[in-house]
Amino acid sequence: MYHHLEFEKPISELENKIVDLRKFAEENNIDLNNEVNILTRRLEAMKKEIYSGLNPWQKVRLARLQERPKALDYIQKLFSDFIELHGDRYYGDDGAIIAGIGMLSDIAVTVIAHQKGRDLEENLSRNFGMPHPEGYRKALRLMKQAEKFKRPIITLIDTPGAYCGLEAEERGQGEAIASNLLHLSRLKTPIISIVIGEGGSGGALALGIADRMAMLEHSIYSVISPEGLSSILWKDSSLAQRAADIMKLTAQDLLQLKVIDAIIQEPLGGAHRDIQVVTENMREYLLGELRILSRHSPQVLLDTRYEKIRSIGAWK
Amino acid sequence: MLKDLFNKKSYITINMYEGGRSPISNAIKPEDKLAAHTAKEQKKTERISARVRIRTIIDEGSFQEYDTDLEAWNPLEFPDYPQKLASAMAATDEKEAVITGEGKVLGMGCVIGVMNPSFMMGSMGTVVGEKLTRAIEKAIEKKLPLIIFTASGGARMQEGILSLMQMAKTSAALARLAEEGILYIAVLTDPTTGGVTASFAMLGDIILAEPRALIGFAGPRVIEQTIKQRLPEGFQRSEFLMEKGFVDKIVIRENLKETLAAILKIHSIGGEHNVSSPRI
Repeated sequence: MYHHLEFEKPISELENKIVDLRKFAEENNIDLNNEVNILTRRLEAMKKEIYSGLNPWQKVRLARLQERPKALDYIQKLFSDFIELHGDRYYGDDGAIIAGIGMLSDIAVTVIAHQKGRDLEENLSRNFGMPHPEGYRKALRLMKQAEKFKRPIITLIDTPGAYCGLEAEERGQGEAIASNLLHLSRLKTPIISIVIGEGGSGGALALGIADRMAMLEHSIYSVISPEGLSSILWKDSSLAQRAADIMKLTAQDLLQLKVIDAIIQEPLGGAHRDIQVVTENMREYLLGELRILSRHSPQVLLDTRYEKIRSIGAWK
Repeated sequence: MLKDLFNKKSYITINMYEGGRSPISNAIKPEDKLAAHTAKEQKKTERISARVRIRTIIDEGSFQEYDTDLEAWNPLEFPDYPQKLASAMAATDEKEAVITGEGKVLGMGCVIGVMNPSFMMGSMGTVVGEKLTRAIEKAIEKKLPLIIFTASGGARMQEGILSLMQMAKTSAALARLAEEGILYIAVLTDPTTGGVTASFAMLGDIILAEPRALIGFAGPRVIEQTIKQRLPEGFQRSEFLMEKGFVDKIVIRENLKETLAAILKIHSIGGEHNVSSPRI
């Protein structure tokens, strides 16, 4: 069952009212169509108003929502003949990162994605979408393979961040991320990244060096979590909402800061309301941009990618 | 003079440090000096400012600083950031958390970047990223080896996502440097964490570290909170990273200049020269 977020409460109340009214009309055999129509129109207006005016914290909640589609949900719908490939060939296979090959329409692609769990059990095996170094090394191995076979790379980003644990440090979390940043910047094949939920810091960036960078409408991307920032600033992680307000972490903020190239629309209320709509929007974006990128020579591709990364920043 | 330094003194001092682990070579001077060095290497090395560091590494009078006028502003309109910057500037007498430039190490030219741990914890905002990237591009342009001393709490949260992107920027520039076949030496000093570890700190062709420096991706406190247990003694220190295979060599501060010079020298006569000249 879907758990409503607090700001969605007026919507669910009105939705319930409409259901009750319909039921009442049916049971008592009276015509309340007019009333139902009025309320339905009011509901639509209310939805539009609430969802188009979400504040950053509400976006954070939506981006992390359990019901929000995860990478595998999109992969199943976007790519035909998808074959998952496992392991970094050094240490192990990291469930927090999904990697594989498949077809996007008639284009063979390599897909790399963070996978959060859709329930507690899956979350435990996926470590809540927080990769260890071997996850990033698996990603790099398969991205180099993509370059070898001239396949474009599509990455889907959805992680609270790289895992902050003892073993992750022992196996070189910093080195693994750094190495991805360096190599991705020079891969001679088009790369497109889409943040589908939560873009958590370096753990997200390690899959996010791309020729095109897009975010779903209600996704977020930041250098630190709002909880992390508020605990640093005010020694209190419960002030995360206040932190979110000043961080500029929404897709709309990032477009304005020129960190991303595009926002992909979600249906009213968020991706989980209708994954088909989001998938079609993603497909259209990916095919359109791949068409443009495939016309570039490798040198132009690399030079443009470098300039794109190079130009981010602001000083006096 | 340079020859003298290489033939005698510097190689001896480099070996001195290794004395703790490997068999003591004949070149090493009296035992007492070794003991003093061993004691020193076990102690955490004190943090020093970037200015002082440059004085200890770069030959006197040879340093030319790059981009002295680059100053941060407040792109996210983050509360109190301008005040924090102003007080960091006042406290350190520097404009940012990194100094870049070129100079000579025992006569050998290089581009150098040195982070300042006392300027907002050496955090990397867009100016730090930009200065380092420009320095890397200068190294490519002038075909000079690059040395970066890292000391940082990570990305600067006041510049949000723009700080994060500096990891990408510096790494992309280093990828170009690598393609040109130019040497990059990273020297990790206390503390090197977060976004700096996850970018240029870990990308050196050769990675040196000062003894007992804290080096890691996540900070120890964050890890303890995550795994809900105390970390073992020595975790995330230089020695631990060397044991795990992420650091090439630990060098005490007194020997850093000679060690860097030795590495620069070896690379100045490598490559094509080796291939084209007949071997004995």
